[in-house]
Amino acid sequence: MFEGVPIHWFLVLSTVMFFIGIYGFLVRKNLITMLMSIELILNSVCINFVAFNKILYPGHLEGMYFTLFIIAVAAAEASVAIAIIINIYRRIVNIDVENMNEMKY
Amino acid sequence: MTNNQFMFLLFSVVIVVFSLLTVTSRRILRAATFLLFVLVSTSGLYFLLRFNFLAAIQLTLYAGGIVVLIIFSILLTSHINEKLSIPPVTKRIYAAIAAVAGAVLCILTILQTEFVQKTFDPSRVDIHTIGEGMLSTGKYGYALPFEVISVLLLAAMIGSIILAKKRKD
Amino acid sequence: MIDFSYTIWILLIPLIVFVGTGLTGNRFKPNVTGIIGTTGLGINFLLAIITAYKYFFVLDKVGGAFQKVLGFNMTWLHLTDKLHIDIGVLLDPISVMMLIVITTVSFMVHIYSLGYMKGEKGFARFFSILSLFSFSMLGLVIATNIFQMYIFWELVGVSSFLLIGFYYEKDSAVAASKKAFIVTRFADLGFLIGILLLSYNTGTFDFITLTGPNSPAFTSGQGIMFLGMSTMTWSMLFIFMGGAGKSAMFPLHIWLPDAMEGPTPVSALIHAATMVVAGVYLVARMFPIFHHEQSGLEIVAWVGGFTSLFAAVIACTQYDIKRVLAYSTMSQIGMMMLALGVSGYGGEEGLGYMASMFHLFTHAFFKALLFLGAGAIIHSVHSNYMNEMGGLRKYLPITHATFLIACLAIAGIPPFAGFFSKDEILVATFHHNKILFAMAYLVAGMTAFYMFRLYYNVFWGKDQHYHHTPHEAPATMTVPLIVLAIGSTFAGFIPFSKLVTSDGMPFETHTEWGIAIPAVFIALVGIGIATVLYMRKSETSKKISIALGGFYTAAFNKFYIDQVYLFITKKILFNLVSRPIAWFDRHIVDGAMNQIAFVTNVASDKIKGFQSGQLQQYALAFVSGVIGLALLFIYLWTN
Repeated sequence: MFEGVPIHWFLVLSTVMFFIGIYGFLVRKNLITMLMSIELILNSVCINFVAFNKILYPGHLEGMYFTLFIIAVAAAEASVAIAIIINIYRRIVNIDVENMNEMKY
Repeated sequence: MTNNQFMFLLFSVVIVVFSLLTVTSRRILRAATFLLFVLVSTSGLYFLLRFNFLAAIQLTLYAGGIVVLIIFSILLTSHINEKLSIPPVTKRIYAAIAAVAGAVLCILTILQTEFVQKTFDPSRVDIHTIGEGMLSTGKYGYALPFEVISVLLLAAMIGSIILAKKRKD
Repeated sequence: MIDFSYTIWILLIPLIVFVGTGLTGNRFKPNVTGIIGTTGLGINFLLAIITAYKYFFVLDKVGGAFQKVLGFNMTWLHLTDKLHIDIGVLLDPISVMMLIVITTVSFMVHIYSLGYMKGEKGFARFFSILSLFSFSMLGLVIATNIFQMYIFWELVGVSSFLLIGFYYEKDSAVAASKKAFIVTRFADLGFLIGILLLSYNTGTFDFITLTGPNSPAFTSGQGIMFLGMSTMTWSMLFIFMGGAGKSAMFPLHIWLPDAMEGPTPVSALIHAATMVVAGVYLVARMFPIFHHEQSGLEIVAWVGGFTSLFAAVIACTQYDIKRVLAYSTMSQIGMMMLALGVSGYGGEEGLGYMASMFHLFTHAFFKALLFLGAGAIIHSVHSNYMNEMGGLRKYLPITHATFLIACLAIAGIPPFAGFFSKDEILVATFHHNKILFAMAYLVAGMTAFYMFRLYYNVFWGKDQHYHHTPHEAPATMTVPLIVLAIGSTFAGFIPFSKLVTSDGMPFETHTEWGIAIPAVFIALVGIGIATVLYMRKSETSKKISIALGGFYTAAFNKFYIDQVYLFITKKILFNLVSRPIAWFDRHIVDGAMNQIAFVTNVASDKIKGFQSGQLQQYALAFVSGVIGLALLFIYLWTN
């Protein structure tokens, strides 16, 4: 227990954030906004790790390290994604995901 | 209501509201700004949990780095005044159903679960401990993931440069 | 003990020649291939002579009898310790005799073909397949066990098929080769069943065991009766069916006349002297068992006798000279079968066996000679029909002389070879069954008649209008004719009863003048009638044929056997059996497959829309799936 804030609160918060990210990913057409939805999802996971670490296993640091690595991976992912997006923009002058349907039947 | 409860609820409300705005806003630059608010609030949560180093990283890297990167790319690919089109109703309904159903399922499961919650440890994590853990090869040491991540970052950097470079054609 | 292991080279040389010339084929000049093939056969011929000399004159006899010697043996397929299939060389009087026959005739035919086939398109192919045939035929006669024999038996069938269809651009040749192959294959099915029955009951394939004095075939397979005959008798009958197919016995004879579509040397080698006597050889090889199953042997005798008469009647009416010879071959092979069928076993009892082998030996010489002579005639006048020939004795003196010798030999005029062997057959038949003897006697007369009908029509009578003056064949063709003519003249003086007998014991034969004189008499009568009718072209023969009416027409049309076969296959088998099966195959089997393909096609056409290329649809499906699975495993599927 963290001074009146049970772990459930954190978990519910991260869940809500996660599914808002999912919603955004499913609905948004623009590739950059989809990327932002992914950042939301990653962030909600980070919150989970941190909360578990601090409230359930206060003596350890695994959750924190995981979060650090997730942030690093997210940075790498964002840079590569943006490079790809710019490349696509160069080719078809918009970045709507619905126009990227070459790989179908 | 304790201070902590208050702060937590404040951050939560900010996070949820701005998350929603991020995924619904029709102006893409605003969406990026809302995302920035979400990320900052998240780092507030980390401060609340006494993970000061982590919160700092979150602020500098996420809020400072990634969001800036995103804004740059937005400026590269769209006009400031451009409004995103509203997605079709059916698409929104399906996505909402899936998201709400998943959220309800998860929240129900979380609320039904009993966790063994320890007493709060108010101490902050020493930066030395983090550094030694990061480079230690023994138990609770993260030397290998650290090195792998550095290679990954290098690869991502080179990859992005190659991808974004203009082709000679 | 003499080492006979070199005899395996008799098999290997033609095989090597076949593979070598078959692979290099057109690289060399055609003549090179021909000479390689002929040389190989020449070496084989020498080996056969050496082997025969060693076997008959050097090897010690045991108790006065010739022994069966395993020259070479290796296990090829080891099935069980008792049952294994070997490949090897078995030497006994008949196989050594066959070695001589095959290598001699084959060697002569090779030399002859060098001239006859000159300039043909498939010259190299022809010689290559001739080598294959020699290999298979030699393997057949020296087989140590019935399974090896079966393997080479089929190889002989294949090479026969290839050679009949040598002019594969001609439709009739293709049809003839198919017919020969299908008919003999059908007969070989019987052979295979016979082999399986026999080996199942006796537990062995080995000839030495099977035909020895304590053969398991004498005791096993006697209990179960089917249609009044024991299993062993049935297996013998099935084996005889295979032999009848290869030897063109009635009613499986229909392929032989058509097989004359092949080049004439092939007809001489395969369809007169060697392959078609394989059936006779097979019965002789299994003779102790046949002798033990008397009812089977009786059938052999009657089939042989009937075929002999039947073919002789048809031969009297044909105009194609090769067909006359083909029917004559059938008739003579029928005589051999007849002789086997009436023979006893051991010593003088085995006179018929000896006579059959003797006739096989002499027949090979004069029938090969007749065919090669016919080839020389066809070569010079470019026609197969005797009514387009006449007066050829002036143009083809050597062919004429050798042909006359062959005709006299086959007619059974002393001192030519045919007289001696035919006389032995008649004697053996006379002592066994008077009706069969009457048939054989009649055949002897008819043989003389139709051979001299052919002879006079070709060489006497008026000149026809030829495109160009007929000329004598080159030396490569006349030399084999002369060699074979010498063989036909003197082969009868070989003391066969001292060499080739049913149990290896030599015995004395003495000419029974009571039978020999009437036999010569009827042959002379046949020749006399032919002389009167055909020496000068006269109308008498036409009048006689008109007087005979329906019988003549039936004989001219080969007694409509081909039509019967066509009726049975086309009308009955095709319509009643094949068509329903074809329908079933097309509509049920194929239909089921087509339906499956159709359903798959439609279904995939409907569901391919799921792969839309829209990332967000995939993601939606993925998220829904994860939620569904979580729901399933957390709430629904709990114990």
